[in-house]
Amino acid sequence: MSNTPSTHDATGPIIKRPTRWHIVVFLLPAFIVYSAVMILPLIETLRLSLFNTVDGQSTFVGLGNFKVLFGDERWAHDFWNALKNNFIFFVIHMLVQNPMGVALAAMLSLPKLRFASFYRTAIFLPTLLSFVIVGFIWKLILSPIWGVSPFLMDLVGLKSLFSPWLGKPGSALIAVSLISVWQYVGIPMMLIYAALLNIPEEVIEAAECDGVTGWSQFWKIKLPLILPAIGIISILTFVGNFNAFDLVYTVQGALAGPDGSTDILGTLLYRTFFGFQLQLGDRSMGATIATVMFLIILAGVSLYLFVIQRRMRRYQF
Amino acid sequence: MTRNAIKGLLLATSILGTAGFAQAADVTLTVESWRNDDLAIWQEKIIPAFEAKNPGIKVVFAPTAPTEYNAALNAKLDAGSAGDLITCRPFDASLELFKKGHLASLNDLPGMENFSPVAKSAWTTDDGATTFCVPMASVIHGFIYNKDAFDTLGISVPTTEAEFFAALDKIKAEGSYIPMAMGTKDLWEAATMGYQNIGPTYWKGEEGRAALIKGEQKLTDDAWVEPYRVLAKWKDYLGDGFEAQTYPDSQNLFTLGRAAIYPAGSWEIGLFNTQAQFKMGAFPPPVKNAGDTCYISDHNDIGVGLNAKGANPEAAKKFLTFVASPEFADIYANSLPGFFSLNSTAVKMADPLAQEFVSWREKCKPTIRSTYQILSRGTPNLENETWTESANVINGTDTPEQAGEKLQKGLDSWYKPAK
Repeated sequence: MSNTPSTHDATGPIIKRPTRWHIVVFLLPAFIVYSAVMILPLIETLRLSLFNTVDGQSTFVGLGNFKVLFGDERWAHDFWNALKNNFIFFVIHMLVQNPMGVALAAMLSLPKLRFASFYRTAIFLPTLLSFVIVGFIWKLILSPIWGVSPFLMDLVGLKSLFSPWLGKPGSALIAVSLISVWQYVGIPMMLIYAALLNIPEEVIEAAECDGVTGWSQFWKIKLPLILPAIGIISILTFVGNFNAFDLVYTVQGALAGPDGSTDILGTLLYRTFFGFQLQLGDRSMGATIATVMFLIILAGVSLYLFVIQRRMRRYQF
Repeated sequence: MTRNAIKGLLLATSILGTAGFAQAADVTLTVESWRNDDLAIWQEKIIPAFEAKNPGIKVVFAPTAPTEYNAALNAKLDAGSAGDLITCRPFDASLELFKKGHLASLNDLPGMENFSPVAKSAWTTDDGATTFCVPMASVIHGFIYNKDAFDTLGISVPTTEAEFFAALDKIKAEGSYIPMAMGTKDLWEAATMGYQNIGPTYWKGEEGRAALIKGEQKLTDDAWVEPYRVLAKWKDYLGDGFEAQTYPDSQNLFTLGRAAIYPAGSWEIGLFNTQAQFKMGAFPPPVKNAGDTCYISDHNDIGVGLNAKGANPEAAKKFLTFVASPEFADIYANSLPGFFSLNSTAVKMADPLAQEFVSWREKCKPTIRSTYQILSRGTPNLENETWTESANVINGTDTPEQAGEKLQKGLDSWYKPAK
């Protein structure tokens, strides 16, 4: 993180070093594997988005596919709907998952808390579960027919507040987002927890000597120190959410119903690229949507790296 | 594992092929299929019946996993290693194979006269000139009901729309059963069991479907919107929280005896027979006024075609003629109750529920699901849109008129009827 002053630029007799071949040799396997499974498919996807099938022949169409995606009323409607839903999905994660992760981590790091390791494991456990299991469990929990949630709500007299959330266009997206939050809240919790443990005892003691304790200690001392970790979590959430597909697919199906209300970019891409039922797959349009997703994520990450991260203050101990 | 299986099959076909050369008399036919559930029926019933009558021809039934069938078959056809007989998916997937020259025309196959044009529609070119697969099985839509519940409540089987809703009202008023087991969560239930089930009565089956393809009718016409109006009325008779009720939920609600009526496809028969502890009956989609012609959705699902580059076309044609015979229809339909033969010769079914379904063919006019032929080739896909809109209408998100408008608009955006 800090810039150690460079010693190599110091004047002195210039000794010609032998070429350090081992660096290349050691990097090569990772480079080859990464290129083959990541870079090449990415380039191929970007290339495919510029081609389309015309009269049975794959033809270069320039930005034609993008024109269709944004210009054609139906395509544009589906795309903007998916993007809007994806944005809501992301906002819910940022507003619920991350603050909750910070709060849980702050509570876990309280020295007086008993069974801390049990809570830590229990809260982190869903993250390790397969999304198929998570989706299935929550579909059952929320089921109006066999589900445990109407029963439990009945016990406390709140049955009237229950509704088939996953089946209503107004609430389905929020319900799915919260399921995702439930599953992944362990990750911000762990990262923040690690960051909190990294704060040296002396800093806290110094704060206490100055009379900064309790809430104000959290806001004035701890939070600024874990801000870089929160930044990392935000960008992870952003990338994860805009690539999300699995949970929506398992809970709501490929058509992401009801009425497309849970359709996010991932499910739109899946339907377009692979087809669904009678709909045949359209590889070119699929690649076009994938390219747009890539650009959105690239823009988000760049914004973070070049604008936000540079302004963030870091503290050295 | 599947890859090994395919390799094994390829090996087996090549060895068997050479064996065939050695004993010129014996010919081995391989049937490509995705129906691995039916393996036992083929090996124990169908193939022995054929081989007994055609000495010198051996048949091997070689199924692949359903999800991999299309891809595996295409690869084998391109490589020239596919079997002589190809099980055909309905509509565009098989039409594509025919256009590529992988499937041969079967217009002059003896036995094809046993099938009606509707039965052949899933495997016929758009102009209706060439048929390339022998229709094998179809599924029929209707309603399955809990006979015990109907008897206790003193309800007779409804035949008209008014009687149907009167029955639902009575079940609802009495309160011990959910009137109808259907959910909108999985979308397709609303479209397939709902819209495509009752719809043909309003758009007059084939007549309306053909007019839609020709562009003479629109989805905004009364004939196509009215089923949605009826569907919208179903909302009050579905179980609590039907918006989040999935397809397995509906099946369980009915087989556990908690619901009285189940909008069904005949493929449920096998499962329901083993799970339901009460007597079941079935009735066709109710007609609007007493005495009207009834229409049923008798949807083509499976066919068999001839590999155009197969090694033994003569023997394969003999087998196809056998598939087109009433004898095959009898064996097949009775082994798999709920998958009905498309043969015009009526098959006597041993299963009473299946017999009830198939008996409607005699009094009602059959049609296929309106969205399957030609109309689901473009984007947006009419079938998928119909799923969403059918669920929307029942949920009350869209009015029937809005649904019709949306569907027609989507269809207009890419489909230009042939003039």
